[in-house]
Amino acid sequence: MSGATTSPLAEQLTVRLTKCFRGESGSLFTLDVELAVAAGFTILFGASGAGKTTLLDCIAGLQTPDEGTIAVGQALLFDSESRVNLPSRRRAVAYLLQSLALFPHMTVEQNVQYGLAALNQRDRDARSGEVLESFRIAALVERRPSEISAGERQRVALARALVTRPRVLLLDEPLTALDAVTKARILDDLRAWNRRHRIPILYVTHDREEVFALGESAIVLEEGHILARGSPHEVLHRPQSETVAQLAGFENIFDGSVTGSHPEYGTMTCRIAGSTLDLEVPLVRVNSSLPLRVGIRAGDILLASSKPQGLSARNVLDGTIASLEQRDMKVIAIVTCGPDFEVHLTLGARESLQLKPGARVWLVVKTYSCHVLQ
Amino acid sequence: MIVQALTLTLRLAIMVSAILLVIGVPLAYWLAFSRRRWKFLVEATVSLPIVLPPTVLGFYVLVALGPLSPVGRWYQMLTGHTLAFTFEGLVIGSVLYSLPFAVQPMATSFAAVDQKLLDASALLGASHWRTFWRIVLPLGLPGVLTGLVLSFAHTLGEFGVVLMIGGNIPGATQTVSILIYDQVQALDYATANRTALILLVLCFTMLAILYGLRRRGAWNVWEWR
Repeated sequence: MSGATTSPLAEQLTVRLTKCFRGESGSLFTLDVELAVAAGFTILFGASGAGKTTLLDCIAGLQTPDEGTIAVGQALLFDSESRVNLPSRRRAVAYLLQSLALFPHMTVEQNVQYGLAALNQRDRDARSGEVLESFRIAALVERRPSEISAGERQRVALARALVTRPRVLLLDEPLTALDAVTKARILDDLRAWNRRHRIPILYVTHDREEVFALGESAIVLEEGHILARGSPHEVLHRPQSETVAQLAGFENIFDGSVTGSHPEYGTMTCRIAGSTLDLEVPLVRVNSSLPLRVGIRAGDILLASSKPQGLSARNVLDGTIASLEQRDMKVIAIVTCGPDFEVHLTLGARESLQLKPGARVWLVVKTYSCHVLQ
Repeated sequence: MIVQALTLTLRLAIMVSAILLVIGVPLAYWLAFSRRRWKFLVEATVSLPIVLPPTVLGFYVLVALGPLSPVGRWYQMLTGHTLAFTFEGLVIGSVLYSLPFAVQPMATSFAAVDQKLLDASALLGASHWRTFWRIVLPLGLPGVLTGLVLSFAHTLGEFGVVLMIGGNIPGATQTVSILIYDQVQALDYATANRTALILLVLCFTMLAILYGLRRRGAWNVWEWR
């Protein structure tokens, strides 16, 4: 194991592989990906069964690809052509599973020092002491995993993986079970650690918040293939495919067709299928022979109790409230304007507008809040 | 007489348990984790003494230890006497006879160790050897202890194999169960009763301790998810 790499030229993880795997539905998929992960956080985003875990398992050496190459910098971890296949224990890849897999019969300190067998006791104590400090668990060294909180267990698992100074860190939805505050604190500490050590980190998540909080770049995986890559903003804010759109949190997705185009204004008119509703949407290059979809986030829609006037927004839709439902600190309104729209409101908005099911309302949607997907 | 038979029986049971610890643990580990296609044959062989009449097992061991077999001849050449009708012969027969009682609980508890922990160990750079000593063995310890206690108790109560291999030589091969048989044959029911009672109390106490500890959770200290 090499020492900490603090140089800006940290080694990058390169992966090119194919592997047949069984998806969630039980049917066979082929994972076929090619990616390079630079130092820093890269988010791996995708529905369950898309092949994310299979990909991480292959990098960690828990599964063997059918074909391909996996390397960190110049070091080959796997190469089907030259028949290189390093066992997990020689890859220096840290892999944090959702289940954490802390050793239940060992104390926190024994867990953290488990990967330091090659060092003498003094170096082991020094190294683990440092990482226990950075993850704020130095006070827990004598406890067993069953005696600490879920967030603390998470920190122990991170410390145990990182104390070995791995060349790559893989995280498979490690924080899903935690509340937002605990999660944010742990992510802060992980980010701080990574500022000092700069290794490629591949982070699997379903959570949009995490994507924006962490990601320097994002990769979207679907049915074994890479669907999109770029900055989180590029991938999630201007999604080009419906899968990404659903993942990115478009509550409203409508089928439609282009009925008019206004190049001089940079817009076009789109008729929502099965209705007489026309939306003005941004002009994009689309193949008009293919069905088209429009995605609108529920939080981007304004709701008015009387017909609004003098607005820049081009889409003002007349409708009735079908239902109102409170979820946490958010009100979810379903409004029928022909098709149903989901609109998110604050509790205060519901109160001041005195909204009730059956009430007549107007929805206001900016042209640029309509995302055309194909 | 009883004291002599009792010490011999205890000595036999302790030796058998010790030997089964040494050969049972690696065998159980192999059975729990090997992916060989012919593993089922080994499993069947190890379990054979459970279904086989002790006389059949005893007969084969007797033949194998005696001057009729190459092993027996080789041992005789080395030591000047055969293994049949000796304490050493008794140990060999008892080890084979109690093998499944030691190996099965051990293999079951090793196989029950969460695969994720084994993966985590490998990802932290540990060899199979280190993973075994630090993870599999400590977490499978209840199974190892159960296997040892069961084979100890099983050896205390064995009769058929001892009779076939060891005969009935006081101080060398006469165990408590053989002694009882001897006393009944001599119509000495009063002594037989006393001897039988000693064995009954001994076996019951051991099993009570085994299950009592298990109930108190002393053997499942590490159960946690």
